[in-house]
Amino acid sequence: MAEPYLSASAMRGGYGKADILNGCTLTVDQGQIAVIVGPNGAGKSTAMKAVFGMLNLREGSVKLGGEDITGLTPQQRVHKGMGFVPQTHNIFPTMTVEENLEMGAFIRTDDYRETIEQVYHLFPAVADKRKQNAGELSGGQRQQVAVGRALMTKPRLLMLDEPTAGVSPIVMDELFDRIIEVARTGISILMVEQNARQALEIADIGYVLVQGTNRYTDSGKALMADPEVRRTFLGG
Amino acid sequence: MDFLNALVAILNFVVIPAAAYGAQLALGALGVTLIYGILRFSNFAHGDTMAFGTGLVILVTWGLQALGISLGPLPVALLALPIGIVLCSVFVLGTDRVVYRFYRKKKSEPIIMVMASVGVMFVMNGLTRLLIGVDEIRFDDGARFLISVQDFKAWTGLTEGLALRLSQALTLVVTALCCWALFRFLNKSRSGKAMRAYADNEDLALLSGIDPERIVRLTWIIATALAVTAGTLYGLDKSFKAFNYFQILLPIFAAAIVGGLGSPLGAVAGGFIVAFSEVAVTYPWKKIATYLGFQPEGLLQLLSTEYKFAVSFVILIVVLLFRPTGLFRGKAY
Repeated sequence: MAEPYLSASAMRGGYGKADILNGCTLTVDQGQIAVIVGPNGAGKSTAMKAVFGMLNLREGSVKLGGEDITGLTPQQRVHKGMGFVPQTHNIFPTMTVEENLEMGAFIRTDDYRETIEQVYHLFPAVADKRKQNAGELSGGQRQQVAVGRALMTKPRLLMLDEPTAGVSPIVMDELFDRIIEVARTGISILMVEQNARQALEIADIGYVLVQGTNRYTDSGKALMADPEVRRTFLGG
Repeated sequence: MDFLNALVAILNFVVIPAAAYGAQLALGALGVTLIYGILRFSNFAHGDTMAFGTGLVILVTWGLQALGISLGPLPVALLALPIGIVLCSVFVLGTDRVVYRFYRKKKSEPIIMVMASVGVMFVMNGLTRLLIGVDEIRFDDGARFLISVQDFKAWTGLTEGLALRLSQALTLVVTALCCWALFRFLNKSRSGKAMRAYADNEDLALLSGIDPERIVRLTWIIATALAVTAGTLYGLDKSFKAFNYFQILLPIFAAAIVGGLGSPLGAVAGGFIVAFSEVAVTYPWKKIATYLGFQPEGLLQLLSTEYKFAVSFVILIVVLLFRPTGLFRGKAY
């Protein structure tokens, strides 16, 4: 079987002396949606930051498309095809929507106008506000701009840290629909979510993390059907 | 006729001087606000950067004059200005290398950067004195007046005269050009947008592949260019004296804060607000009141000119009390 596009294996590390990740493994195939869920403090966001290189690993490795990128900085990983949408502060508030997208494409030297049009096509709501400052948009639209900005480098793997934090349920459904659309274009998605049920519904693969290690790994549907997972993590 | 005389007097004694002074403050405040927005600290050395840079411009001016170069009616300092900017930028980039970069790498608190800039201020202060001395220096050559009082009276037949000095007209034209170029750069160019992005969200700028050290260098160079231009225009307009540039720091900071720190548009507006307030409050309005048919007993001068810096202080305090983010909603670190 071919190696998955992203394979982060046996990651161990943390911010200070104590490890937050204790041998956590995450893999995502091409065009797959992978969702990390788990209780508070399980290391969900930390695991994603480790994949993106914002955390030094003591053990374990990160491979992208077969290439070992464990030693690279986040900026270098962007060049390798990773896109990252932080949970907060993920836009340039006093710049227009269009300028936000342009800044997303900063490292590109080719013509990126087509990519901007693709982002507008994906998010028609923000296309109407392209000349407006991103900081003046609603929470859901800001998230769309944030995702759009990350898409500007044409990443092969898009990482989203709680994209639906603080947005209304309707906006959340809309955002998930868009994420499925992105995945259909062949981009792999790795996502941390608080709204575990809704996220697992769209997940090809779900990881339940507890204390920095994988507790359950299965398809989203299977995890939803597992009575143990439901009882412990999804509130019955 | 008296009404026209009053109007001319206002133009001559309030509007023209305040506009020129406001333009000089605006250029200074633009530099302060850019450094605040991007390097995230209030640069107290800005006034002495103006003094040091202007000192360099004067030295180059003397050199050019010794070579027999003249610009006709325009001052030779205009030719020396770009050279002064380059020399001063090299020095300022050196201070960044030696002083500020260390604290930036350590991610020090803004107040530590501010205190470091106070140190840089004292060093530059001393260097300026060593370089060019403490005396008052006039370095404007070329024509003095665009419109002189006698000519104006002869043309209009009014009893009140109006003078427009070349240095004042030059200040307004150069400031307008600088602002136009700066705003175009910030809003249209890739590097300018990257600077704004970095000011907006440092971490995200980093993730987008923007090189922070490049942005920092660019900011220093632009701020220095604006400071040296402001200093040279101020020196042409009023004469150069190292200590004056230390004093002008207060109205410059008042201007940047009134407009909203970090907002370039606010810095320009703030410069003119502070200048017009200062001139209006320290001007004796008696003459104008007399033209308008009043018989005032005093001079109608609200504040003697020695206290003009109090105006900046009052504006500063009022803004910080009632609208701390300034007119154009700046930010606070």
